[in-house]
Amino acid sequence: MMHGDTAPPGTEAPVFHESEEHPHEASTLLGFWIYLMSDCLIFTVLFATYAVLGRNYAAGPSPNDLFDLKLVAVNTAMLLFSSITYGFAMLEMENGQLKAMQLWLIVTGLFGAAFIGIELYEFSHLIHEGATPQRSAFLSSFFALVGTHGLHVTFGIVWLIVLLIQTAQRGLIPENKRRLLCLSMFWHFLDVVWIGVFTFVYLMGVLR
Amino acid sequence: MLSDPDLQKLIFGRFSLEDIPFHEPILQVTFAGVAVVGLAVLGVITYYRFWGPMWRDWITSVDHKKIGIMYIILAMVMLLRGFADALLMRAQQSMAFGENQGFLPPHHYDQIFSAHGVIMIFFVAMPFVTGMMNYVVPLQIGARDVAFPFLNNFSFWMTVSGAITIMISLFVGEFSRATWLAYPPLSGSDMSPGVGVDYYIWGLQVAGIGTTLSGINLIATIVKMRAPGMTMMKLPIFVWTSLCTNVLITAAFPILTAVLALLTLDRYVGTHFFTNDLGGNPMMYFNLIWIWGHPEVYILILPAFGIFSEVTSTFSGKRLFGYVSMVYATVVITILSYLVWLHHFFTMGSGASVNSFFGITTMIISIPTGAKIFNWLFTMFRGRIRFEVPMLWTISFMVTFTIGGMTGVLLAVPPADFVLHNSLFLIAHFHNVIIGGVLFGMFAGVNYWFPKAFGFKLDPFWGKVSFWFWTIGFYVAFMPLYVLGLMGVTRRAQHFDDPSLQIWFVLAAFGAVLIAVGIGAMIMQFTVSIRNREALRDTTGDPWGGRTLEWSTSSPPPDYNFAFTPRIHDLDAWSDMKQRGYERPREGFRAIHMPRNTGTGAVIAGLSVAFSFGMIWYIWWLAALTFVAMIAAAIFHTFNYNRDFDIPADTVVRTESERNSMLAAQA
Amino acid sequence: MSAAGQAEHQDHAHGHADHHGGGAHGSFKGYVTGFVLSVILTAIPFALVMGDVLGNVVWTTIIVLALAVVQIVVHMVYFLHMNTKSEGGWSILALIFTVTLVVITLTGSIWVMHHLNTNMMPMSPHDLLHHQP
Repeated sequence: MMHGDTAPPGTEAPVFHESEEHPHEASTLLGFWIYLMSDCLIFTVLFATYAVLGRNYAAGPSPNDLFDLKLVAVNTAMLLFSSITYGFAMLEMENGQLKAMQLWLIVTGLFGAAFIGIELYEFSHLIHEGATPQRSAFLSSFFALVGTHGLHVTFGIVWLIVLLIQTAQRGLIPENKRRLLCLSMFWHFLDVVWIGVFTFVYLMGVLR
Repeated sequence: MLSDPDLQKLIFGRFSLEDIPFHEPILQVTFAGVAVVGLAVLGVITYYRFWGPMWRDWITSVDHKKIGIMYIILAMVMLLRGFADALLMRAQQSMAFGENQGFLPPHHYDQIFSAHGVIMIFFVAMPFVTGMMNYVVPLQIGARDVAFPFLNNFSFWMTVSGAITIMISLFVGEFSRATWLAYPPLSGSDMSPGVGVDYYIWGLQVAGIGTTLSGINLIATIVKMRAPGMTMMKLPIFVWTSLCTNVLITAAFPILTAVLALLTLDRYVGTHFFTNDLGGNPMMYFNLIWIWGHPEVYILILPAFGIFSEVTSTFSGKRLFGYVSMVYATVVITILSYLVWLHHFFTMGSGASVNSFFGITTMIISIPTGAKIFNWLFTMFRGRIRFEVPMLWTISFMVTFTIGGMTGVLLAVPPADFVLHNSLFLIAHFHNVIIGGVLFGMFAGVNYWFPKAFGFKLDPFWGKVSFWFWTIGFYVAFMPLYVLGLMGVTRRAQHFDDPSLQIWFVLAAFGAVLIAVGIGAMIMQFTVSIRNREALRDTTGDPWGGRTLEWSTSSPPPDYNFAFTPRIHDLDAWSDMKQRGYERPREGFRAIHMPRNTGTGAVIAGLSVAFSFGMIWYIWWLAALTFVAMIAAAIFHTFNYNRDFDIPADTVVRTESERNSMLAAQA
Repeated sequence: MSAAGQAEHQDHAHGHADHHGGGAHGSFKGYVTGFVLSVILTAIPFALVMGDVLGNVVWTTIIVLALAVVQIVVHMVYFLHMNTKSEGGWSILALIFTVTLVVITLTGSIWVMHHLNTNMMPMSPHDLLHHQP
């Protein structure tokens, strides 16, 4: 390939085309990153809604009456653990260790499932107490924000299972590696969103 | 339909035969018309055995050129629907004075203006813009396709799916009566319990997913797939405006998605985001939807600016004046467009400090826009201007858009806005910039790139007829609205009491008729051009003496666009190549790696129509089933690893030598 | 969402190109450092709030928010491998642009709606009495 364009205009025989194939750098990771940025704005709207409506209790329960920080701490731990285990899976992938990679992926998925399980338990508990999404604008925006995050994690788990099957079928071929990297970005991105959720919704909610 | 009401509800949700508007003569006639034309089209397709080729070559195609063309066809078809709505409104308003109630009752009139706005913005302007970018951007940057070809196909069919959902509302049930942005509490379940708003929500939601994904796709394409040598400051200006537009799309459409999702929750689940009770706040909806809505305006206009820049420089035979300032102006507009949203609701009552901040930012954003006008004028200055049809549209745009821009600055002054808010002055203003800016831009683009896409020029006579009727029609239709708006006439009124206003509405209706003639002339232009295509044939690939890379390949371009990836030395790459004696390569052709067609996009989009229908009519089994099917189809698609193929070197050699002999015959 | 992830581009012959991407380049040390840091940065705010250590709501809020920002940066660097070089700087550019928009949307909405609420909220019965003509 002829890199670097040295011919100044006017001199003879400029090259106007590549005589060899010029492979483009893979776009998938950048494209997926941009998708994550756009997803981030969906969460921004939900955060903004919570920020504006989150104190409209409508004479209903407030965060202090509802939130159990111990449960949230456990839940946060689940996500943090799943992050580091996904990281280990990526390291095994780089080393070409299919089985070890799959093992770490399964562990990650289990932590994710535990997170979803605890969240569902929390939701059912709230609803049981009458703190339903229909009760007040505060609860509507709470359920929308936390629920959307949970929905993302659920999709992440489904995707993870699909990748487990695909790596089992075809091994660590470049396509699968790229997909694992995308899911890695997705998973860590959800972690970042969760930092916002536990700070902004739970901790600051209880502080009010 | 069924005797057991529970069973009926389980199977059909809230749908029943009464929901089909048999009693509305206007709709019956429309339906009959659509049915006859539709059957005729289906008949023709079947008779000529087009089904196979249509599926293989178009519906499943991942070729950015074909997808671009399909987007533009969608836009033009929907333009007819949206314009029919406009004619109905103009007719109603020109007759409904005093005793006369006109021919549209309020509930029907409200659906028409809601549908008009939704269709014109989401299903005319958006597909037009996306189609142009899809067709032109890869060619201008010397790429063979977009970064994610399958995703491109999927995006297109999602847009079509949204359009189909909106069209279904014409004959099954009703459309939203809550204006084009569905403001709550009017769009809430208390005030709008019917299916209208749900049609709106699901139509936009599905199309919005397609739009967001195509935005991501084109950003990745422009960032990653530029030909070697094409640095950012050597990007053709249309690619720059496309890049900024797609950044805006990717950053703004998620906001729309989220806001509509919250409205959906209010309507379906009974939450309290935008309700009047239990802590909800309808004004939060205004706030959020305009954070999407204002960038949307620039999403539409920026590509049009790009087209005008290309057209001006080509038909003035000069390099674009002030390329760098044009790029910076575009980038500044991109960022500023996120800081002006409140000017859409100055009257909401946020007070003086907030209003003055947004008033000032709005006035600031007009500066880079004004700079662009001067750049085009200086490009034309001392140029050898050829008044071909694309150039005519461009000149008309400069005059019209400047007027629209100035009335926009008037509206940016909060005290003035308190008088003009929700008046016909506003209607005149935004039609002034959207018709005079976006639509004229797209028409310029269609006339400019049509020979590239199809290999023959469009007939200039009918093009000019259409141009004059559109331009004059526009002024006759909308200048009276400025007058009415200044007199305080509000928008969205179905009936007026003051007979002294009538003459202005009659004038405006006459203008709409002139525009209708313009549209007719445009259809005539296509028909005549297709019939005379041999006379209008372009064998050079460069019918206008173009300056950018798309004119270096044949018209229409081969599937692979460029046999060899071009290498770029100059901003106006093709004029540089022509000047320095570029020779077409004659040997050394290789097999070319291309993405394979796939039907998955069309299948998922088809399922999404059924899903939307199920959600709209509360047919829960259908919604659940199609949702699972969509996910399953998407996952199934990922199990296909065999997605590319090679165009054999023989085929490339044959295609290229055909073109060589065509060029030789000409010389 | 899933569709974006499944988008593919022709490059099986050039899988190595992936290593230029934003998701690669992790090391065991990096992941463990990130993990330890984020555990600390999570534990402190939880402790501050649950134990009411400072006894001052304003300061606690400020510290909790600041720690959250730090933790987000930690995750970005150690888990998402953000740096100015990945994808030729385009990833970080996209991130900066997004963060700008997030700030505009959040603060803008809060500002606008706060002023609206101050100016337009239904007045209390007491105020209403005053405004009776």
